[in-house]
Amino acid sequence: MIRRTHPELGDPAAGNGILSRRVFLEGTLVIGATGAGLSCGSAEPLAVQPWMKVPGTGFAGYGQPSPFESKVVKVFPPPPNPPGVGSSRTPLHMLEGMITPSGLHFERSHSGVPEIDPDQHRLVIHGLVKRPLVFTLEALSRYPMQSRIAFIECGGNSLALNAPQAQPLNVAAIHGLLGCSEWTGVRLSTLLDEAGIEPEARWVIAEGADAAAMSRSIPLTKAMDDALLCLYQNGERVRPSNGYPVRLLLPGFEGNMNVKWLRRLKLTAGPAMTKDETSKYTILLKDEKAWQFVFPIEVKSVITRPSPGLALREPGFYEISGLAWSGNGSIRQVDVSADGGRSWAPAALQGPILPKAPVRFRAAWQWNGSPAVLQSRATDDTGMVQPTRAQFAAERGFRGVYHYNAIASWRIDEMGEVSNVYA
Amino acid sequence: MFTLKPIAVCIAMLTLAPAAQAQAPQLGQPIAPADIAPWDISIGPDGAGLPPGRGTAIEGEAIYVAKCQACHGEKGERPNVALAGALVGGIGTLAPDKTPIKTVGSFWPYATTLFDYVRRAMPFQDTKSLTADEVYAVSAYILNLNGIIGPNDVIDAHSLPEVRMPNRDGFIPFPRNPK
Repeated sequence: MIRRTHPELGDPAAGNGILSRRVFLEGTLVIGATGAGLSCGSAEPLAVQPWMKVPGTGFAGYGQPSPFESKVVKVFPPPPNPPGVGSSRTPLHMLEGMITPSGLHFERSHSGVPEIDPDQHRLVIHGLVKRPLVFTLEALSRYPMQSRIAFIECGGNSLALNAPQAQPLNVAAIHGLLGCSEWTGVRLSTLLDEAGIEPEARWVIAEGADAAAMSRSIPLTKAMDDALLCLYQNGERVRPSNGYPVRLLLPGFEGNMNVKWLRRLKLTAGPAMTKDETSKYTILLKDEKAWQFVFPIEVKSVITRPSPGLALREPGFYEISGLAWSGNGSIRQVDVSADGGRSWAPAALQGPILPKAPVRFRAAWQWNGSPAVLQSRATDDTGMVQPTRAQFAAERGFRGVYHYNAIASWRIDEMGEVSNVYA
Repeated sequence: MFTLKPIAVCIAMLTLAPAAQAQAPQLGQPIAPADIAPWDISIGPDGAGLPPGRGTAIEGEAIYVAKCQACHGEKGERPNVALAGALVGGIGTLAPDKTPIKTVGSFWPYATTLFDYVRRAMPFQDTKSLTADEVYAVSAYILNLNGIIGPNDVIDAHSLPEVRMPNRDGFIPFPRNPK
């Protein structure tokens, strides 16, 4: 038997204070190695709080967060833009785990959130089918359902990082068009089979019931593979801002294609070339050509803590926490760096690790009080590695707007302030 | 609009449903294409779905001024609302190292998309309110402002798909889509 010698818990795993991830796997840290707990004097005597002396409030029909959490809200630009147009962003820096609370799931809408009466809502399937069919919500609710945990990321997420100079923005403002829910609904393939697909059909045009009737063309192969007509989000009916009463989920594909308020699916031989698949959501390259129909969200990660606005109060131990995801499969590895990418160490991955779902990663870091640049780099199970900003630019430049997935950097200064930088 | 009696629906399903779907609930209700027509607003790049009607840029100008200009600006060049985007200009700005100005004229590959989008999503405060003639006319106006068609060219279901957009060949497939 070979006896392995492990590095001491708390031992450096990469430069500038990145420690072994074994602290997350084994749950202990060598105190002396980290300096934690050295600077504190004795705590104040404990007082019995007033809420322990009188009964609390009664029941509520729908629970709300503590009033002390009132800052944990989505962010969105103020007027003069028309209300509900554009996007609101998930406050990733204030959340943990992999699931986004439904009320904090980002929104992108093109003409506001429609107020849809589910009894009057209809979903029609037509075009190149043998039997055009219309479904009520009541009918859809009677089909066998499936649940899956999946992220939805707007194709325009992180576009601020295309700017020539790094902007003073936080993680929500840059990367907040990302959410993850447990979605439950009916497989689209079940309904397409019921309608009977004509042999020449290759695409499905999906259309929402919002005022913009937002529509996208979807390959029939995806529709028949893992597309889901979602009635439920995190156990309750889909929120209006996320497509009530039924939204299309195309796991791993760019958010815009996951059509909300779904009212119509038309099977066609070719794509419709809608506004949102020609003038938008196409990627202008360094030459005059643009990639069109860029479906998968490619491998990506971001550190949510520390991040701008969450300053480090003093040198010592910190957990680096973030999210990694890939629209092409499962996350296999996430590496973190505290020295701007010169050295890396693997982060601990929080299970469950699911395909096309975000993974929470964690790394242990001993900040010594000097400047640092934190980065994360994800690898998925297809072997694709998140590119550096230079690699990203070499392939497509910075004119593409959409699908920015390069390694992001947070700089920590001597005061512990965190800022968005390019490194 | 016609309604099938429940027994007739059941017989139709038994007749038409493939054997593999025997276990599925089969709760979709058959609907005639004519009854779907009010919802079927998709226009293909070949012009499939374009309705009868016609319009010219000259006719479209008044519609534009009345219903579009408040957001998109005079002659479509300088929007008054950021998310409205410019409709006109920018031709040549896709060239390498330039800052692209993506408009209908400089970027959109198909003129049919213009009809499709205006009809379904515009005017912003009152969508789906324009007649087919009005949508053809205002589409013609925007195409004319971009120098793509003449002021008196008639735009209809036949001529709109024939309009050659400057960036028609500007798009290539993404090389890493799933098979």
